[in-house]
Amino acid sequence: MNNKTRSLVQRMTLTPYSIWAALFIVVPLIFVAYYAFTDSAFRFTFENVSRFFTATSQIDDGETVREVHTYLVIFWRSLKLAVISTFICLVMGYPLAYIMARAKSRTQNILLTLIMIPMWMNFLIRTYAWMTILQDTGILNGFLSALHLGRIHIIGTESAVVIGMVYDYFPYMVLPIYSVMAKLDVKLLEAASDLGCPGISVLRRVIWPLSLPGVLSGVTMVLIPSISTFYISQKLGNGKFFLIGDAIEGQYVANNLHFAAAIAFILMVILLVCMGLMQKLTNRRIIVA
Amino acid sequence: MKKIVEIKNITKSFDGEVVLDNINLDIYDNEFITLLGPSGCGKTTLLRIIGGFETPDKGDVIFMGENINGLPPHKRNVNTVFQRYALFPHLNVFENVAFSLREKKVPKAEIQRAVTEMLSLVALKGFEKRAVTSLSGGQQQRVAIARALVNQPKVLLLDEPLSALDLKLRKDMQVELKNIQKATGITFIFVTHDQEEALSMSDTVVVMTEGHIQQIGTPVDIYNEPQNAFVADFIGESNILDGVMLEDYKVRFSGHTFQCLDKDFDVREAVDVVVRPEDVDIVPEEKGHLRGVVTSVTFLGVHYEIIVDIGGFKWMIQTTDFHDVDEHIGLFIEPDAIHVMKKSKFSGMYGDYSSFSDEMDEIGEVDLEELEELEELDTESGSAT
Amino acid sequence: MKRASKIYTALIMIFLFAPIAILLVFSFNRAKSLSVFSGFSLYWYRELFRDSETLRAVRNTLILAVSAALISTVMGTAAAVGINKLRSKVLRTAMDSVTNIPMINPDIITGISLMLMFVFVGRIFGAATSLSFWTMLIAHITFCLPYVILQVLPKLQQMDKALPEAAMDLGCTPFRAFLKAELPEIMPGVVTGMIMAFTLSLDDFVISYFTSGNGFQTLPIRIYNMTKKTVTPKMYALATIIFFVILTLLLISNLYDEETIQKRREAKARKQK
Repeated sequence: MNNKTRSLVQRMTLTPYSIWAALFIVVPLIFVAYYAFTDSAFRFTFENVSRFFTATSQIDDGETVREVHTYLVIFWRSLKLAVISTFICLVMGYPLAYIMARAKSRTQNILLTLIMIPMWMNFLIRTYAWMTILQDTGILNGFLSALHLGRIHIIGTESAVVIGMVYDYFPYMVLPIYSVMAKLDVKLLEAASDLGCPGISVLRRVIWPLSLPGVLSGVTMVLIPSISTFYISQKLGNGKFFLIGDAIEGQYVANNLHFAAAIAFILMVILLVCMGLMQKLTNRRIIVA
Repeated sequence: MKKIVEIKNITKSFDGEVVLDNINLDIYDNEFITLLGPSGCGKTTLLRIIGGFETPDKGDVIFMGENINGLPPHKRNVNTVFQRYALFPHLNVFENVAFSLREKKVPKAEIQRAVTEMLSLVALKGFEKRAVTSLSGGQQQRVAIARALVNQPKVLLLDEPLSALDLKLRKDMQVELKNIQKATGITFIFVTHDQEEALSMSDTVVVMTEGHIQQIGTPVDIYNEPQNAFVADFIGESNILDGVMLEDYKVRFSGHTFQCLDKDFDVREAVDVVVRPEDVDIVPEEKGHLRGVVTSVTFLGVHYEIIVDIGGFKWMIQTTDFHDVDEHIGLFIEPDAIHVMKKSKFSGMYGDYSSFSDEMDEIGEVDLEELEELEELDTESGSAT
Repeated sequence: MKRASKIYTALIMIFLFAPIAILLVFSFNRAKSLSVFSGFSLYWYRELFRDSETLRAVRNTLILAVSAALISTVMGTAAAVGINKLRSKVLRTAMDSVTNIPMINPDIITGISLMLMFVFVGRIFGAATSLSFWTMLIAHITFCLPYVILQVLPKLQQMDKALPEAAMDLGCTPFRAFLKAELPEIMPGVVTGMIMAFTLSLDDFVISYFTSGNGFQTLPIRIYNMTKKTVTPKMYALATIIFFVILTLLLISNLYDEETIQKRREAKARKQK
């Protein structure tokens, strides 16, 4: 293509998107920072950000009253639950992805469709289904008491939230790992066993390192929504400000936009740093492997 | 003869790298002209400039006396056969050929007639309804030619159109292309890196390297009278030696003074001397102008290719007689076997056969993508059966 | 598959489908209980179809998803064509990074960020509430765009670059060349991108939640509002219908895929002869 048409085509195709992306992707992020560092009269302030780190509240667990950093505790809990959920997804999903990748192509297609069906159900409905299962008067307890196993109280605990997260985001872990593994050359595995690698070693020394890119994207795709969710914790957890997502949503509902922006801003920065680190770590692992 | 395309002072660079440096070239009506050179020499860029796919930084393209610099491809009376044919996979053979006629809103009956005629010209009658993806490489090639020719362009541009075909098919297509060119009388501008292809098909060969034209001439001229060491080496095999022109018709190289047919050099001017391997006669050691030891012999069917060490310089000689390794032989060189060239920046870079690295480069030039594609085809056919 | 693999896969599938199965079963429950099944009835389905608010939400969702999918497909395809032609590495990297932002950023941040901007701009113009169908549409287009681009770009890269050039060579203007040579080649990517955009828009709750006005309620927001209060099995009926719609769509697209694969195999077999 000659220069004139190329530049013409570029102007016509790229301009609408460039303007759109600037206006609705980049500028809004600047607004997050702007709101985070201003007060309600739009004067510059560190107030909102420092509030995240310093605000305290009292926890009364019946016996003693403790004073804790409200948002740091929330953030820590979000991180902990998200990491646990991600880890469970990985442990559950990795073998499944492996089994799928090595199955016959028809079986692969069926399993793939099966895994995707729940994904296309709205996550609100999926989460709600778990609520009805896990309730004190729910199906799980009905089942347990029918077997004379007693009842368990699980709704409103961190475990329930983890179950919800694992259930909602499980496909996001399986699919990327599967798609990397499906492309793995079978000859590679044969070569490995040919070189005297026993099965478990093949897994550790060949399959695992080669599937790392899939694992990385799976981990990212589960970690990010589970660290920032607010519905799961509302339905399956108890408190109003249970997770960082609830904190943002709560401030939004209360119309504290500047503080909501500050929490969002901090979350964004932390995620950015985490992902950068993870990327570095995996790169090194791949090279070493 | 009428000039149909004139290239005037064309310069083009990509990302600061000069690909074409002040190129001037006249192309005549009804001519089969080949742009020949190693990959990266700028030949394809020059072709794309004529086709309208690139704009030169400087210089003009004159088409039938008219400057067409700013003219987009669809307004040029020039058509292109692309390297990988670029057939439209979603259209069948007939529709591919009819593409440009439909674009011009030619009446249906006329399209039917023109396409049928073109398909018979390229021997693809009866293939109208076939999917282009189901055709062999050679057949796809023919569709691409028919598709371009149906417009009755003044000039047809061919960008390495045969490079994806296997050797035997390529030979057949060379003959066929030449016949089509003669039959239609259309000017063909053909780009290739294959010197044999260029010599066998062209009326005029333009040898290019590093963004410059090295020589323009008929295949015979280019082969017999190369203008510098690059051309001599790129076209055919050559022994290229440092020499000194003693006087007209007298040149000294390899420690011996030879009679030659060249003149008009300065007295004692340093020159490059070309001796083609097939022009050297092997004689008993004492009768030769030069003496040497055979260091290797390769049997090539029609002849032997032997490497002879003469004072440290390895000569390549083609002979029908067998000479064993370590044999001492004499070389006899007739005056008309010697070609004297001016020194150029290519002097000393080519023409010694102490290693076959140059040849290895040529072999290494096989398109990697092409190989991958072949492999893909292999695995595909494997899985289908 | 080995026995252990089969058992493992079955267990995971039970985990994935048990909650959905429970929803399905209890949507047909005669009573309101969510744990005791007391007899088959279509009562809750009748209730659902009487709920005009939910029906309006369904209509809204479809309008929004269709508009967002169409606009993001057109703009995203054009953008992919432009990005693919970028020669400058710096510009290319910048474009890729910006395009990645909505996919990497948590939904809540995308939602909050757009909401903040809409509110701010609305205040400048003195509007009491600036959130409406239009802000939601903008938000949906924004998060759909990257997925369309990501589907189309690889198709453009795989395509023989000479195809549009060949079309221009044969008399097409650059735009006609795009329509006649390039678009048919990248069509699978464009269609996949549009379907993804449609389903993402259909399914989105978080971003819609932050950018929707009071008057415009989509289905996910309606579900959210329903689950806020005590829930009747009406919502189960809704979930059941959604489930079967999705199942049908997936089956159709699977059948379609298998058909095209079959056709391609046949073409290849013909080529062998």
